[in-house]
Amino acid sequence: MANVKSKEQSSSPIGANLPRNDVYEKVTGIATFTDDIQFGGKLLYARVKRSPYPHALIKKVDVSKARAFPGVKAVIVGTDFPNKIGLYLKDKNILAIDRVRFIGEPVAAVAAVSNEIAMKALDLIDVEYEQLEPIFDPEYGASEKAPLIHPKLGEYSWPNFIFPKPGTNIANHFKIQKGDVEAAWPKCAHIVEKTFRIPHIQHVPIETHVAVALQDEKGKITLWASSQSPFAQRALIAESLGISPTDIRVIAPFVGGGFGSKAGVTMEAIPVALATKCKGYPVKLLLTREEEFYTNFVRQGLVIHVKVGCDKDGKLLALKNLMYWDGGGSTEYGVNVTRAGGYSSSGPYDIPNVRTDSICVYTNHPIGGAYRGFGMSELHTGLDQAMDELAEAVGIDKPTFLKMNGVKEGETLDTGMKMHANGLTQCIDNVAKAIHWDEPKTPSSPNKLRGRGIAIAWKAPAMPPNAGSSAWVELAEDGHVTVGVGGQEIGQGTFTVMAQMAAAALGVPYEHVRIAGPVDTQYSPYEWQTVASRLTWSMGNAIRAAALDARKQILDIVAEAWHEKPEDLDIVNGVVVSYKSENETSLKNIAIYGMPKENDQGWIGGPIIGRGTFMPTYVTGLDPETGQGTRSVVHYTVGCEGLDIEIDKDTGKITVLNAAASFDVGHAINPTLVKAQIEGGFVQGLSSAMFEEIKLKQGVMTNPSFVDYRIATAPDVDFPLETPYVEVPQDDGPWGARGIGEHPMVPTIAALGNAIYDATKIRLPGPPYSAEKIYLALLDKGIVE
Amino acid sequence: MALQQITITVNDLVEVVDVPHNMTLLQMLREKLSLTGTKNGCTAGECGACTVLMNGEPVNSCMVLAAECDGAKITTVEGLARDGKLSKVQEAIIKTGGVQCGFCTPGMLISATALLDRNPHPTEQEIRQAIVGNLCRCTGYVRIVEAIKEAAKA
Repeated sequence: MANVKSKEQSSSPIGANLPRNDVYEKVTGIATFTDDIQFGGKLLYARVKRSPYPHALIKKVDVSKARAFPGVKAVIVGTDFPNKIGLYLKDKNILAIDRVRFIGEPVAAVAAVSNEIAMKALDLIDVEYEQLEPIFDPEYGASEKAPLIHPKLGEYSWPNFIFPKPGTNIANHFKIQKGDVEAAWPKCAHIVEKTFRIPHIQHVPIETHVAVALQDEKGKITLWASSQSPFAQRALIAESLGISPTDIRVIAPFVGGGFGSKAGVTMEAIPVALATKCKGYPVKLLLTREEEFYTNFVRQGLVIHVKVGCDKDGKLLALKNLMYWDGGGSTEYGVNVTRAGGYSSSGPYDIPNVRTDSICVYTNHPIGGAYRGFGMSELHTGLDQAMDELAEAVGIDKPTFLKMNGVKEGETLDTGMKMHANGLTQCIDNVAKAIHWDEPKTPSSPNKLRGRGIAIAWKAPAMPPNAGSSAWVELAEDGHVTVGVGGQEIGQGTFTVMAQMAAAALGVPYEHVRIAGPVDTQYSPYEWQTVASRLTWSMGNAIRAAALDARKQILDIVAEAWHEKPEDLDIVNGVVVSYKSENETSLKNIAIYGMPKENDQGWIGGPIIGRGTFMPTYVTGLDPETGQGTRSVVHYTVGCEGLDIEIDKDTGKITVLNAAASFDVGHAINPTLVKAQIEGGFVQGLSSAMFEEIKLKQGVMTNPSFVDYRIATAPDVDFPLETPYVEVPQDDGPWGARGIGEHPMVPTIAALGNAIYDATKIRLPGPPYSAEKIYLALLDKGIVE
Repeated sequence: MALQQITITVNDLVEVVDVPHNMTLLQMLREKLSLTGTKNGCTAGECGACTVLMNGEPVNSCMVLAAECDGAKITTVEGLARDGKLSKVQEAIIKTGGVQCGFCTPGMLISATALLDRNPHPTEQEIRQAIVGNLCRCTGYVRIVEAIKEAAKA
């Protein structure tokens, strides 16, 4: 008889800092990214003819010379693929058909035997345009004076939670009306009213978009893509081509950074379209860095007018938000950004009266899509800076103001939903402590100004109400476990976290679990998209269910063989044990061949495969006029960030002395990965706050390179960053976990803006808070001469 | 396109390669030698994803013509581990959790290796300067810098 206790796992894989299961491949260079796959001598290179105008009618496209050019295998134009494509509001074509709506919009595409020949062929394509009046300002675009960018908006299709206004440039108008804002203003002792302008920025994954498509002679298509959304791409591209989703197989190797840019479908449809015109040839499209900057998704711009009021003690009474989102030439994904910005528009504050108009406007700018925490950084940049001034007007300490007004369990949110348990107050305390909020702010020299800023944030997974996940768990002969997932490893560490969850639920060592990658829609279980910080929670729930299903199958088999009850059995460290009889057997003894019945009277069991699915079924619709409903979202992740900074009076340059970010993650499945997400997200947020802006001049991006569009480098972020997280469990999360991928960049701009204000009493109208802008503002205010 | 034959030592193996005059070292490594660990992030010498050691010095391989490399000694990320044993920088970056998407990692490891070769005990500032040309969008550099410190101690 074995000593059962000796088999107990020394520690649970949940909450353990286990090493990433993709890291050996990534440090040795053998990890396969899409562009690393070798396709042999038949590989064709695709290049795209793009619009040079922000808004124009296409009068004629002549591709005859390009088609005749030696080495060219296929040339396609918009009319070859007339069906619309898009995730929410189907307003886009694979290639523009009769009108172009932003500079860089694809108009035609070429596949040729070399990149050089493809580029030469592009020059041979003649496109005649008739220029139209462009729109570069969303507020003007929303007005009745503006020309229409999508005159046929009313003919497009969209889901029932999106509210376009045909006959205007408004692609979505999301409204919140909670209480009575107008009646509340007279009761306010203090009111702050501000306008902020948040510029477009780019995701800047270090791996640009790349996709390779092949159609075989039978018509089946395979797409290899750097993708956050293999299943959504399969569905959307198939719909646009008029074929069945399972006629497209999407294989998604490791992704070299996504941040939302590789969600939905963008350039991936172009090589597929080309491949249908040259069957048997793989066609690769790899975006140049310049193309990456403005021809695919960007983060849309926002103009936010925010008015907020409180009573004499600082208790919030009313909030009014008017938001104009610069959606770009297509808003197929962007409409949901503005919806998220709308239903979360109160921020994590308890406010009895809220009025919000979140308006997504077509403009002739690049297309706004999903960007890490979409809608939330933009919203909080305005909201939290207005709150900062309100706290000042009341004359109370900012952390006290935030804790008094921060949303707590049971309070009614702006949509009517009740808030769940959360650790916002602890997050605020953590940050205030880490940046020494109460200590004197002594500058390090007379030509420096010192200030501290703090901001809170929240974000819910922004997705359709019924976005689903699925998983399978299979045992091999050696008792090791393979987990099938459809969610993608984009650097966040989801494959590692999923392996930890499967190991814990099944009762096997983490080292015995591997993830069946790459994600391949032909074999992998369905997953909606790798977005919205939803995998740890949603896919985690599916994996936990699949592992528990496999576990039940195993215990039933062993119980029958041992004439025991499954309740008396357990799986510990890959060994089935009985607490009653102290019998034990390794999983490898039963995983494939089952267990023999006594006296050679047959067999019990067989191969083990567990299955699990998860889909939230409890999110309800919201009233189109008031945005009110029972449950607007699955849950919120909340948190707080703060910075202690100095500003050089001679240059306007900001030096961060120290910073902190604290979020309520529910339960940290892998604390190192949680902290790594918070650090990376904070720095991405800080980079957007200090450096980043897509500079648009008459629709032209004037800075599409790393020289002119600076992102944070290692010397830029040389300061201590503390990331103490909080764990208030989520009731519908696996082991209480909720997502943390996007949130760390949500409050950063506001926190820095508040620190600048604390140091200078200057409130800049929008990021980036560059040294130049700050210096000029210091001059303007007479702080320097 | 005219071809030129070059002899080049890559990760201690001598290779003889016919290269077009306009082919970059990055293209040669990836397309001719199938060493795809070295990444292409911008083709303009700005992101550092393609960093390799050329005669011991870190270079952006997208900015070097293959034809210039005749007789050169190149080390790529595939050449850092010896006989299945990871280098101390590779070990350290695993330990500190400095890898996320992994696309900047090969270039980052090469720059770090070059730094520690010429300066075995760098200050934090020297570490940050050594990787100023290696852009990372995932990690905020926190655990990469920690890894290089850790490797310097090892």
